[in-house]
Amino acid sequence: MTVSQETLDEIALSRSEYEAIVDRLGREPEPLELGLFGALWSEHCGYKHTKALLRTLPSSSDRLLVAPGAENAGVIDLGDGLAVAFKIESHNHPSAVEPFEGAATGVGGIVRDIFAMGARPIALLNSLRFGKPDDARTRYLLNGVIGGISSYGNCIGIPDVGGEIFFSDTYKGNPLVNAMCVGLIENGKMASASAKEPGDLLLLVGADTGRDGIHGASGLASRAFEEQAELRSAVQVGNPFLEKILIEACIESLDLPGVVGLQDCGAAGITSAAIEMAERSGMGLKLLIDKVPRREEGMTPYEVMLSESQERMLLAVTPGKEGPVFDLFEKWDLDATIIGEFELGENVRIYDNGEQVSSTPVVTLTDAPEYKFTGVKPQWLTDLQNVDLGTVPVPTESPSEVLLKMLAAPNIASRFPIYRQYDYHVQTNTVIEPGGDAAVLRLKGSKRGIAVSTDCNGRICYLDPEVGTAIAVAEACRNLSVTGAEPVALTDGLNFGNPETPDVQFQLTESIAGMGRAAEAFGIPIVSGNASLYNQSAGTDIFPTPIIGSLGLLEDVEKHSTVGFKSVGDLIVLLGTATTWDCVEGLAGSEYLELIHDQIAGQPAIDLDLEVRTQAVCREAIARDMVASGHDVSDGGAAVAIAESAIIGGIGVAITEEPGDRWDAAMFGESQSRILLSISPEHLDELKELTKAKDVPIVVIGTVGGDSLVFGNSISVPLVDADDAWKNGFSRAISD
Amino acid sequence: MKFGIVVFPGTWSDKDTHHAVNGVLGQDAEYIWHGDETLDGYDAIVLPGGFSYGDFLRCGAIARFSPVMEAVRAFADRGGPVVGICNGFQVLCESGLLPGVLMRNDHLEFRCIWTDLKVVNASTVFTSAATEGQTLRIPMSHGEGNFQADAATIERLEGNGQVVFRYADGAGNVTPEINPNGSINNIAGIVNERGNVMGMMPHPEKACETLIGGDDGNVIFNSMIDNIVASMA
Repeated sequence: MTVSQETLDEIALSRSEYEAIVDRLGREPEPLELGLFGALWSEHCGYKHTKALLRTLPSSSDRLLVAPGAENAGVIDLGDGLAVAFKIESHNHPSAVEPFEGAATGVGGIVRDIFAMGARPIALLNSLRFGKPDDARTRYLLNGVIGGISSYGNCIGIPDVGGEIFFSDTYKGNPLVNAMCVGLIENGKMASASAKEPGDLLLLVGADTGRDGIHGASGLASRAFEEQAELRSAVQVGNPFLEKILIEACIESLDLPGVVGLQDCGAAGITSAAIEMAERSGMGLKLLIDKVPRREEGMTPYEVMLSESQERMLLAVTPGKEGPVFDLFEKWDLDATIIGEFELGENVRIYDNGEQVSSTPVVTLTDAPEYKFTGVKPQWLTDLQNVDLGTVPVPTESPSEVLLKMLAAPNIASRFPIYRQYDYHVQTNTVIEPGGDAAVLRLKGSKRGIAVSTDCNGRICYLDPEVGTAIAVAEACRNLSVTGAEPVALTDGLNFGNPETPDVQFQLTESIAGMGRAAEAFGIPIVSGNASLYNQSAGTDIFPTPIIGSLGLLEDVEKHSTVGFKSVGDLIVLLGTATTWDCVEGLAGSEYLELIHDQIAGQPAIDLDLEVRTQAVCREAIARDMVASGHDVSDGGAAVAIAESAIIGGIGVAITEEPGDRWDAAMFGESQSRILLSISPEHLDELKELTKAKDVPIVVIGTVGGDSLVFGNSISVPLVDADDAWKNGFSRAISD
Repeated sequence: MKFGIVVFPGTWSDKDTHHAVNGVLGQDAEYIWHGDETLDGYDAIVLPGGFSYGDFLRCGAIARFSPVMEAVRAFADRGGPVVGICNGFQVLCESGLLPGVLMRNDHLEFRCIWTDLKVVNASTVFTSAATEGQTLRIPMSHGEGNFQADAATIERLEGNGQVVFRYADGAGNVTPEINPNGSINNIAGIVNERGNVMGMMPHPEKACETLIGGDDGNVIFNSMIDNIVASMA
């Protein structure tokens, strides 16, 4: 073997992978070819460590128009001639190195994935993870990421309607920046990322190609990552203005008869985009690499093929019909250039100034190796799960003081200081704004609406990857159900550590099993996703963080429910439990346990049958106009959920039952499958009948009214104090 | 009547404006490409929000050179009503059709929030359907809406009743605390001396239906419709 270890390291291929390439080609690869393999066999493009697991996930649904993996994103039918494409994608490592541009181009990338389907992007969400905000570098990363999302998203006119931010030491050197985009497809006008006939032209439109982002997929995304200043040049720089006109021009171009395919140029640039198109079309491809417009002098074919310059798209165009296509892009002041043509055959043939510089079978390039493994549960995890939470001391502070501390915690306090930097009104569809459990959007021209959310608690996934991921699915769906929307599909953003270690292999295996089990319980498919591995800093893997993006459908968008209490005298009920307060087991992986006791331990649990029934009852109650407000009980437990509904509604509450000796577990335990509703008393009998028929426990816990949060006889917190803690907690936590 | 909605590269409130005036209020509306040089057949022109030319150089600084802006100036000179919303307001200031400048928000952040706008002049063609002192709940969404001008200009604007909207609280109190961007005298919208060109930072087209949070923005479009229909009668 002539290849040096240094070369293999640069493209993140192992020696055995190199040997497999030689074996399949029957010869040593040319340097350019090796670059193509490095990109396409990266985890980001090739899913080496996750393919086998992802195949086990449920992927069928009556509503599915495009199957997962067939195109850039799965497509779900909403009825009324409307369909949606949606997907979540990570930009973790670029954001760790250069937070503003990393996050901005993360938004740009997922948006291109969606409009490549012919879908108009109608919503963005961001799921973010950082180290604890008491660290100056974390605040720098946070401000950079928020700034990048704000700058890019606002400019392209797509509302940013939701997401999450969660702080934990595990993400300190390796923040997670996942962006989700939802696009609307009208009247079946869907685009495919493929050519139709041999002879179809390959057009590159948008930005010129520079040296930015080379080895982004193979380098930043696909190997053990330590923050390295040298990798800064592998972070791309975004131009949202170009993206905005690219969206308009590309969507408009799909009305032209000559345009048969549309594909985004994302990770691994032209390499991945063009070769995947050829594979999908079952054709060969002749690429004229010297035709690619460049931003820099002297770029080699290798650099042009692997550049990840942003805001570029590929089109497949019927020969002879390219004239109107050029006219359209000229109208939008965008460059469009023929850089190749599809042909009969199996190879991608790259030409530079008339000379063939490589010829490689398409399927050899795209058929990345597949690594199978089974996990073994580590002893340390068993020990953590077996910690007796009954031994956690009851705080010496008063319950009121702890409640205020919880409401002000960086993981719980209102995210308004962040999302007010994002435009969440543009396109005028936003029915429930950010700040609720899920965002709700109306669909113009239809009575229907959609709800969207993201969810994942890494702490709980760390304590039990299988159950934790099932909980992430359940919560992502519960967020929808409390607005009245029925979950119809999921997307997954897998964020894990180094897959070459046994612990991470165990986490991946278990997590995907839990995701599949929960999705099957809800009867909904996982239609798209992304895998980001090698997330670690200082040699330690991050908590497994399988972020679940959920999509729900409201048959009548007018009939939705929001978080805040509405009227004095309304009854407060909990669905999914027969008791007002939680028990010590509910402290497993809870915010309270980490915030107050600096401890992450216990065995998380969920009864998926109960979860599915409880959510169904909630949705039916909303559809039958019984519900005044609805809120998911999650981070911070029942007391925090009650306080949030009170603060947002601007009305106090009186909860009847005393929290008791273990008031901490009672108030802040995070047992699953609980939904907090307020209802007018006249609906109580009807709601009880409904819960009885569906075998869902229900308990009436108190009434709405007054200007304090009153729990039993002994605990009373003025609403103004709770309001101040919750609304200003975040700004205080991130101020220097 | 027919609204013309100007589309620059980077405009994104064009479709929202079309939905508000056509979809909700039932008026004719057409998009006008920034390269067009005539505005024949339109009764009112809207310069919508967005990021024309990506806000490169300064917000609105490149769009003012688009061919359509000569036609907009001629339309305004003939007395035709022109409203610039958000980026459209910035374009009008850069074009000299309105005085003053829109600087970066004083807190240096982009801000997307619902605002309460106190109507301080209800006698313009853009506000006649409102009553003086009334507040309209309309969202804003900008990073550069901090209206400033030299002292003499501000004195003239205030003296002539050219200030149309001020940021206020829900009860109509105009206070420094409620000011979302540092705008002088809490100014959210102004008209030219003739009263036929208005610029405002908040987005009336984003407040066109109760389902999406409120319909106070229709007061502005309905005022325009009332006045134009009356003038055509």
